Amino acid sequence: MPLYLDDDQTVLQDTIRDFVAEHAPVSHMRALRDADDATGFSRDLWKQFAEMGFTGILIGEDQGGLGLGHVEAGVVLEEIGRNLSPSPFLSTAVAAVAALKGTGQAERWFPGIIAGETIAALAIDEGAKHRDIVAMTAERSGNGFKLTGAKRFVTHGHTADLIIVAARTGGSADDTDGITLFAVPKDAAGLTANAERLADSSLAARLEFDGVAVDADAVIGEVDAGRTPLDRLLRAGRTGASAELLGVGGGAMDMTIGYMKERKQFGTLIGSFQALQHRAAHLYSEMEVARAAVLKAQQLLDQGSERADEAVSVAKAMTALATTLSVQEGIQMHGGIGMTDEYDIGFYMKRARVLAEMFGDANFHADRLAVAAGY
Amino acid sequence: MTDLDTFRTETRAWLAENCPPEMRKPVRSEDDVCWGGRQFTPSTPAQKEWLDAMAAKGWTVPDWPKAYGGGGLTPAETKVLREEMAAIKARNPLNSFGISMLGPALLKYGTEEQKLDHLTKIARGEIRWCQGYSEPNAGSDLAGLATSAEDKGDHYLVNGQKVWTSYADKADWIFCLVRTDKTSKQGGISFVLFDMASPGVTTKPILLISGNSPFCETFFDNVKVPKVNRVYEENKGWDVAKYLLGHEREMISGMGLASSGGNPLIDGAIATVGLDHNGRLADPLLRASIALFEVRAKAFGAMSERFIDELKAGKAHPAQPSMMKYYGTELNKGRYELMMAAGGSDALEWDSDRSRGGAIPRSWLRTKANSIEGGTSEIQLNIIAKRILELPA
Repeated sequence: MPLYLDDDQTVLQDTIRDFVAEHAPVSHMRALRDADDATGFSRDLWKQFAEMGFTGILIGEDQGGLGLGHVEAGVVLEEIGRNLSPSPFLSTAVAAVAALKGTGQAERWFPGIIAGETIAALAIDEGAKHRDIVAMTAERSGNGFKLTGAKRFVTHGHTADLIIVAARTGGSADDTDGITLFAVPKDAAGLTANAERLADSSLAARLEFDGVAVDADAVIGEVDAGRTPLDRLLRAGRTGASAELLGVGGGAMDMTIGYMKERKQFGTLIGSFQALQHRAAHLYSEMEVARAAVLKAQQLLDQGSERADEAVSVAKAMTALATTLSVQEGIQMHGGIGMTDEYDIGFYMKRARVLAEMFGDANFHADRLAVAAGY
Repeated sequence: MTDLDTFRTETRAWLAENCPPEMRKPVRSEDDVCWGGRQFTPSTPAQKEWLDAMAAKGWTVPDWPKAYGGGGLTPAETKVLREEMAAIKARNPLNSFGISMLGPALLKYGTEEQKLDHLTKIARGEIRWCQGYSEPNAGSDLAGLATSAEDKGDHYLVNGQKVWTSYADKADWIFCLVRTDKTSKQGGISFVLFDMASPGVTTKPILLISGNSPFCETFFDNVKVPKVNRVYEENKGWDVAKYLLGHEREMISGMGLASSGGNPLIDGAIATVGLDHNGRLADPLLRASIALFEVRAKAFGAMSERFIDELKAGKAHPAQPSMMKYYGTELNKGRYELMMAAGGSDALEWDSDRSRGGAIPRSWLRTKANSIEGGTSEIQLNIIAKRILELPA
């Protein structure tokens, strides 16, 4: 499979690029922020996503979805990133669907996700940094389980209809095994969600589980074998976040290059200064390399390759590094105007920081690669 | 099974049978690299066996037409061959500026006679080529070259000096830029081929900071070059040169990729500083530096694959080789800085057996030329800024 988008994927890219730019440009996000919107995204827009089929992009055609892959999901996410569009696409249509796929839970939740009625959130982080640690407990109780513990950095956690929770049914906090994944409905008794507005004006919740009772059929996959669906969730989420980062970094770079072609200082366009040209060309190189890393991860994931996991960590780390550079150069090259709230470039810096942290930052993924390589 | 699956199965079987076990081990020194040519003596029988087997299949240049000694493979088949060779860690059967630089230029600009003559010899490794581009006063400003070619009817009389001529002392033929018109800078250059054994050609190796002499000064004193050896039109050699430079940059960018079989950087660091009780490198800052470097190196591996795929499909921006050259060479310099840091005092030994004759320190110093040769990093950044980002002049 060649490492570029094929004709069908390019058509999809054109479609989604126009759609997001028209319906959810940066001004859409700004308006939600200025209105102090409590949901964090537009339900109407999400319905339109559903009408176009995008909510079921990773769901098989036999189950009513589009039956496409991570390359196509990434095409959508890149445009979401480029326009800083607040959307539950990554958590719901990508990560949650990947976790549920092939399990008994799929039948129950997929129709709502496809219809744009069910929003999913991912309760997997317990510390301020993403780590491979699950301390929350799920004790057997009657026919089901009781969940006790706390999760944080749960995007859409306060509005989600479905919360996917990683809890421990055996072993201790940093054990790889002994994890079970649960599909918890939002109205479960004993579950409280406190939403916090983040630097990028998106909302993430801290969730408290105080003996939340769930039935045995809330288990995603098998008891004690939650590592498998959790890994599917993480690979999809990390790859998706990488694609969104690519959009954020690319959008910031395009703004910056555009500005270099119109802004004059000392009577000449700043884009003609070699000091800035070289930094812009270096930035372009970093973004191109990041783009290749993302497509590689998506293709290997779609092929079910055993090399996918490494490629996913490379993609997440590389996009975090390249996009961080892109937004930093974006602010610097814009000069004073780049520091104003009125101008959009600052939003790119904020969003990049949130996505860089999500599902593990560059250091986390570099460390993972090192461990896998035996050093 | 698709045709491509069948091709993969057959290729795998053929490689298993024809690639000698010795040719599946990492290259340890310059002696292990096969450059071919009239002066070439194989270092082992296996090296020759491998070259002959691959050349007979046309697989030293798998995507060239069969008529010119190639394999006639499609881009997809070429990729499969590359993947299957990588899977068994097969060495490159033939390293050659003829393959990576002159060949593509001849395929595009050469006459049928030139293709039949030169390409087949390149494919079989019979003639080793060197490149006569740079001059003492024409480095980054290459179009300022002065070596003259005077029109003498059926031949040119060439006079002048080239510099940084890689392996000129080991090459059989040279592809050379000469000035056929002094009134136009880029429009007065022609692209000619001639035998290094021609009367009037002399070479002198240049000793470098690595202690090696891969580059030479090359002098031309009334060298007769038949006009049939001119590629493309007179005074239009710059078009050929630019096209070829793209391929040179593509080749040099490959240096950013880790060699197949193990990872010398990681293995070296483990050997020197060891692992702690958690199995982590005992120097946490060195470990972090290596891990973050590896992110970029692996991402660049994907970029190289993407670049080749896009190039073959005609989707790559014509200036993209500049990006690859820039990134790959800067990456390679970074790798060798880390190799030196990981190696400690072992990596400082200049001649010892332990250091394989100072292989790492000499290579470390050699990498410093990567971002100078073939157009400096700054020239590449200028090209990206102007031709890809279309920033104002």
